[in-house]
This record gives sequence, structure tokens and C-alpha cells, in this order.
Amino acid sequence: MLAYTIKRLLAGVITVWFIATATFIAMHSVPGDPLMNDKAVTEEIRKNLEVKYGLDKSKPEQYFIFMKNMLAGDFGISFTQQNRKVNDIIRDHFPVSATLGLLAVFFAAIGGIVWGALTALYRNRLPDIIIMFLVILGISVPSFVFAALGQLSLVKINQLLGASVIPVAGWGTFAHMLVPSLVLGLGTMALLTRLMRSSMLEIVNEDYIKTAKAKGLSPLRIFFKHQLRNAILPVLTVLGPQIAAITTGGFVVELVFAIPGLGRYFVQAVQQLDYTVIMGTTVFYGAFLVFMVILVDIIYGFVDPRVRLQ
Amino acid sequence: MRPKFFLFLTALLAGFVTSLSFAKVESTSANFETQTITLALTQEPPQLNSMKATDQVSSLILGHVMEGLLSYDRRGRLIPGVAEKWEFDASGGTFWLRKDAKWSDGKPVTADDFLFAWQTALKPETASEYSFIFYSIENAEAINQGDKPAEALGVTVIDDYTLKVKFGSPIGYFDKLAAYTTFFPVRRDFFESRAGRYGADAKDLLYNGPFRLTAWTHSASLKMVKNEHYWDKDNITLNAINADYITEDSRSRLNLYIDGKIVHTRLDGETYKDALTQRQRIRSFTTGSVFYLEYNFRDGRVTRNLNLRKAIQHVFEPEEFVNKVLATPGNLPGRSLFPVWLGGVEDKFRREYKAKEAKIDVSLAREYLQKAIQELGVKKIPPLVLLAGNSPTSAKQAEYMQGVLKEKLNIDVKIDVQTFKQRLAKMTSGDFDIVAAGWGPDFDDIMTFGDLFASWNLNNRGRYNNPEYDRLVRIGMTSTDPQTRMDAMGKLQDILYEEAVILPQYEQGVIYLMHPKLKGVVRRVVGADPDFRRARVVK
Repeated sequence: MLAYTIKRLLAGVITVWFIATATFIAMHSVPGDPLMNDKAVTEEIRKNLEVKYGLDKSKPEQYFIFMKNMLAGDFGISFTQQNRKVNDIIRDHFPVSATLGLLAVFFAAIGGIVWGALTALYRNRLPDIIIMFLVILGISVPSFVFAALGQLSLVKINQLLGASVIPVAGWGTFAHMLVPSLVLGLGTMALLTRLMRSSMLEIVNEDYIKTAKAKGLSPLRIFFKHQLRNAILPVLTVLGPQIAAITTGGFVVELVFAIPGLGRYFVQAVQQLDYTVIMGTTVFYGAFLVFMVILVDIIYGFVDPRVRLQ
Repeated sequence: MRPKFFLFLTALLAGFVTSLSFAKVESTSANFETQTITLALTQEPPQLNSMKATDQVSSLILGHVMEGLLSYDRRGRLIPGVAEKWEFDASGGTFWLRKDAKWSDGKPVTADDFLFAWQTALKPETASEYSFIFYSIENAEAINQGDKPAEALGVTVIDDYTLKVKFGSPIGYFDKLAAYTTFFPVRRDFFESRAGRYGADAKDLLYNGPFRLTAWTHSASLKMVKNEHYWDKDNITLNAINADYITEDSRSRLNLYIDGKIVHTRLDGETYKDALTQRQRIRSFTTGSVFYLEYNFRDGRVTRNLNLRKAIQHVFEPEEFVNKVLATPGNLPGRSLFPVWLGGVEDKFRREYKAKEAKIDVSLAREYLQKAIQELGVKKIPPLVLLAGNSPTSAKQAEYMQGVLKEKLNIDVKIDVQTFKQRLAKMTSGDFDIVAAGWGPDFDDIMTFGDLFASWNLNNRGRYNNPEYDRLVRIGMTSTDPQTRMDAMGKLQDILYEEAVILPQYEQGVIYLMHPKLKGVVRRVVGADPDFRRARVVK
């Protein structure tokens, strides 16, 4: 188990290095100039800006400087937020995205497991059809539609109540987080529902379920003790990467609900060619994703004895 | 196909939900008792260092927490700021500072603070993008180029409250420049104590304006409270301005407004319709920016040909463009590089010097086109590359031009849609025939537009080069006689038309919602906009 863990971690480090290098090359191949702005500047000012951001050096040199700083845990200063370190940006805004994301995953997991189990129980009957229709909607409709509709519904609810009961945007209290995290979790919830459904259906026909039935166990007991527990394993597998994806992929939701998360920086940095923020956020997210995948694999070993044997 | 379908779906559902109308939510965004208002910003200010600020949000915040030598009143006229009075002649000027102007820590604002800010902004290592605004001061350009030390700047501190400026060349509008953000004071000891973090956070800035920043949570909120050390605090009614939301999403801001959370929001083509259904009172205002098509005059470009440009000039109808393509209130048809609000000698410039208007005449345009084809020695004009931004509105505008040129002149246009930075890169390298561009004023003088197409101007992306144009610009910049200056600009306006240097499209207007109980908010073409400094909440 220890050897396995170390092997996985080493592979993870190489993956992150690869992500950093690929991003660096891709970023510098994008046409456009990070230092250019609406108003043109003189050669002299431009040179000074280049020196400030180290762009006066050759590309390989910039790469080595970046790698050296990255190993020391320093991503440099943002091009657009001219006084802020990329590290500070990550430290200030990742917790916001993470809070939102974890809440979203919580909703998604609860919803996914409950709906998935229900559809399997009522297979091919009305509840199944209705839920599966909603699931397809949840998977295929992009989050900006849900975000816009979610917010509009809040406005309408508040109008109906005659007072602003649930905040329509902003950040700070639990009430602020509720609707954005639901919206953010919808896609994952739909995905998990489908997964849970197929995994439940697979198990229904297993021998041990038949045995349990033959023993005369109550349906409720069979459901919780035997079906649910076994069906949940594949759900756990996708949950890890989903946590990483959700805590990082909330750009639209963050924009619509005016949430100061890292997702906004992640996307806007690319649009503005903010080199240091692009590198910082990509490497950070990459490392986070890789770490989550490894973590799930290791946890899996504890949950399912069969994995350990291999 | 898919994104369009979803947009349609959103619009449909949003339309349905919007059409359900309920009672209005009581607004909490403007409080009469506490005189507090709440706003949403469109983006996070990159930093609040007045010497380096370039964007609108920074200028909005800085305009509330800082004050320059001069300021603007509610009708846009210059009024005393930190300077009580000022005097100019051809060689320079003197500012007399008020003695009761104080920093937020209670220390007086002195002439040294201005000198320090201007010198620092000019130092090459500061790399301020707006350093050019000082260039009329003696030695400013040389300092900025690194040829002279900052101490060589032609500004003398006579005593704590007297500042003398020596011009490198005569200038007739220095007073208007002096109101600009880059001219704001910075105190040396405080700046040095921040060790490179000046303006990075609320505590990293010292304030001398009507408000001071008490909290700045990045990407989330900025809080401004009344500055008790401000010399004119008795005339400031608002106690606090809270920018509690930061989002670029205009629909989100409209929802916040309807929910009574913010006092002001700007609308766009989409949210405009929603605001109408919500029966909101929509106001409009002209931002002072002009949008136009710029031609490429580099060697080998067909757009160098005057007759081709003339042909295009005679088929483009700014009115139709404003009414059918932009289709939101507030925009004015573009007739000139100089927008209608600019002042002339006595009256508005555009009233004194009428802009020539091209008559829409397709047969005349085709004659021009024939001449162009002969001069260029081609059978047909090769497809023109129209460089445009990547917003939905820019795409729509570019497609309209494509349609007009094809239909009326049978000229093919290839639209090259690029993101902001890529578009700038292509504009700078000259990789276009026509580019959709615009210009917003920095200061309240005609020269903020006039020198745009001078041969030395780096923003002249098409590299238009005309010695007569340059000569007129020099008159506009260096003459101190208003009549001479405006006559020169009048001639320059004619050249722009005769030579079809640009194709003016529109003067930008914005539509917005403003809390009905908030009075005294000023919309400005230059300086902090919207200006809440003298606003008050009524019962």
C-alpha cells in the first residue's frame, strides 16, 4: 500500500510538471501581448514593463526562472492586479470557491444518491421517467442558463414576499451560498443520479440480494444494508475528480452571483493574457485535481478490500 | 447551433419569468437616515495608485477618495480643488493651494506632495502608461525617457502652498490636465513606507478626497466612508458608499437593482428590454466616447486609396447604424472625430465648426469606386479585412458593414474577430485594412481627440501621415489663443472628412437605472463617473 501510494504521488508530481510546461508553452504561443492596453505606450515605458515582469529575457530563460520560483512556491505578481502576488490571489479566493464547491458537491451527492436510488426502485415507472427527464435536462443544459434562471427566481420570490429575503447575489452568509451552490452542483447531481441508477440496477440482480430476499429481510433493510452500500462505490470514484472540477469550474456561477472566487481569475486571466495568474491558477488547479484523483484511489483501497489485493 | 439554442432557451424562460409581475421589493440600497448608498462595480480596480491608474473603475474610486489641484463642478466646469486659485501664461503657471486641505491622517496637503507624485509618475521605472499627460511640463519627456533625472522636472515648490510649473512648450489647456487622476498628490513618506505596495489595499493608500477607503475585500467589496479631514466636508452629505458587489454580468446587476440592493446599474441591449418590462425608469447619458472605423495607410494596403475610402464614406449612413444596429437609446450618429460635447471658443465646438456630412449617394460612391479600381490597377477591390472585437455587439456592427459594402459597392469584407489583447496586437502590427476602434476622452479639451491621427501618435494605428494635419495639431497643442486653436481644429475636422481618414460611426450613449431617491449624482464624460461626491438621499 505504501509503495503504491509513493508511486502514485511520484507520477502525480510528473503530471503537474507536465501541466506547468504545457501551459507555459501554450500561453506563450497565443498571439497577443499581455502588456498591451487600450492606450499605446512609448518604447521606453514598454521596456520598463518588460523588465518588471521579466519578459525582456528569452523564453527558455523565462521558463527556468518560472520553474525555479514555482518550486519555491512563488508564482510572481499579477499583470492586471499590479500590486498583488498570484499566491495572495489564490490564498484569498480559493477558499471561497472551495466553500461553494464543497457545498455544491454535498448537494450533488445527497441528491444524486437519493434520486438515483429512487429511479432504480421505481424502474420504468413514472417517478423514474420524470427524474430521468430532469437528469437529462441537468446534464445537457449549461450552468449559465441555470444560474440566470436561479437568480431570476430569487428576484421573483423576493418580489412575491415583498422583501429581500434571500440575497440574489453577493457573498458572506449561508443564505448567499445556497442557490449558487445548488446551481453549481446540478450537473454533478444529474451525473451521479445516472451513475447511481445503473449501479443500483446492476446490484438488484446479484445473488446476495436474492439471498437477502430469501432470508425474508425487510425491503428497507435490503435497500440500505445491501443495495445502497454496494452501489455507492462507483459514485465515490467519480466524486473525487468532481470535487476538484466543481471547486474550480464555477466561473459562470461566480460571475452571475458576484462571488469573489478563484474561478473568475482563472478564466479572466486567459482573456487578459495575465501570464503569471494563468500559470499560478493552472498549476494550482492541476495539482489539486491530480491530488484528488490519487486521494480517491487510496481511499478506494480502504473502502473496497478487492482493490487492496491487487 | 447549441449555444444559440441555449441562449434562445434562456431568453424564452427569462422572458416568461420576467413577465410575471409582482409587487416591488422595498429598496435598501439608499438609506435616508444614515445617508448610505450601495453600489455594484463592474470589475475589481487593478490597483489604486493614482500615478498608474488607467481604467474606469480605478478612476471612479480614486475620484471619490482623492482630489487634484482642480476639480469639476456638476456641469463639468473647472472649479478649485486643492488649489484655491491658479494663473497661467505662455511660459508656465502657478497654483496656490488652500491651507485647509488635509490628508486622512490630518497632515496638510502641500505643494511637495504634487511634485513628488508627478516626478514619480514620470520616472521610467514606474512605467506609468499615462506619463505622456505631463509632457507639456519642461523636461518631462526627457525624464520619462530616462535621459534626465526626475529632479530636472520644470516644477518648483515656492513654499508649502505655492507650486510653480514651467512649460516646455506653450500649452493652452494645462488647467484641464491638472484635474486628471495622474496629477493627484502622493505623500512621499507614506509612499515610501508602503515599500512598493502603494495603492494595493485600503490601508496602503492615504486619502485627501471627500471619502476614504476603509475596507477593500478583493473581488468582493470596497467600502468608502466620509473623510472627516476633507476641507469641504460640510458640503458632503453621504456618510458611506458601499460597493458591495463586483460583477461584469449586467443581468446580475439588473437583478440586484430590482431586488433593491444597488442604487445604479448600466444596461445593455439585452437587459434594456427586461428593465422596460419591469417598468423601470430608464435614463440615458452620452459617455463622450466616439467610435469609428480606422483605415490602414501602410504601404501596399488598398485602403491607402482615397477614392476607395470616399466610396465607403458615401454609402455609410450613421443614423441608420445608430437606430437599427445599436438600437438602444442614447447613442448619437457619428459625424466627426470630435464629439458634440467638446467646448469651442465660446459655445460648443461642433456648433461653431459644423462637421461636413457625406450625402448618401450610391451612384456617386460607385464613381469613386471605379476611379479607385483604375488607380489601383485591379479588376475588383480585393476582400477587405475588417478587424473587430469579440463582443456580440462588435460582431453585429461588423456584419452590418459587411452587408452595406457588399450590397452597395460589391466589395467583399472578411471579418476578423479577435479577443481584446489579440486585436490590439494586430492593430499595432498593422494586420488589417479596416479596424473598428473608439476613443474616450482623458481630459476636457479638444486635444484629447485632436492629436489622435498625428504622425507621431502611437494610437494612430493605421499610420495616417499628413504634414498639414501634424501642423494643425501643433497649433492646437501649443497655441494659447482659443480662437487660433479652434480654427486649427476646425480645419483638422475638414481634413478628416475630405481625406476620409476615419469613418465616424457613433457617439456612445449609455442607458442606466438610478435610484429615484438618490439626488445630485453627476454623470461625467471626464473624471469619476458616476460621481456620487455631492449626492444625497432624499426622503
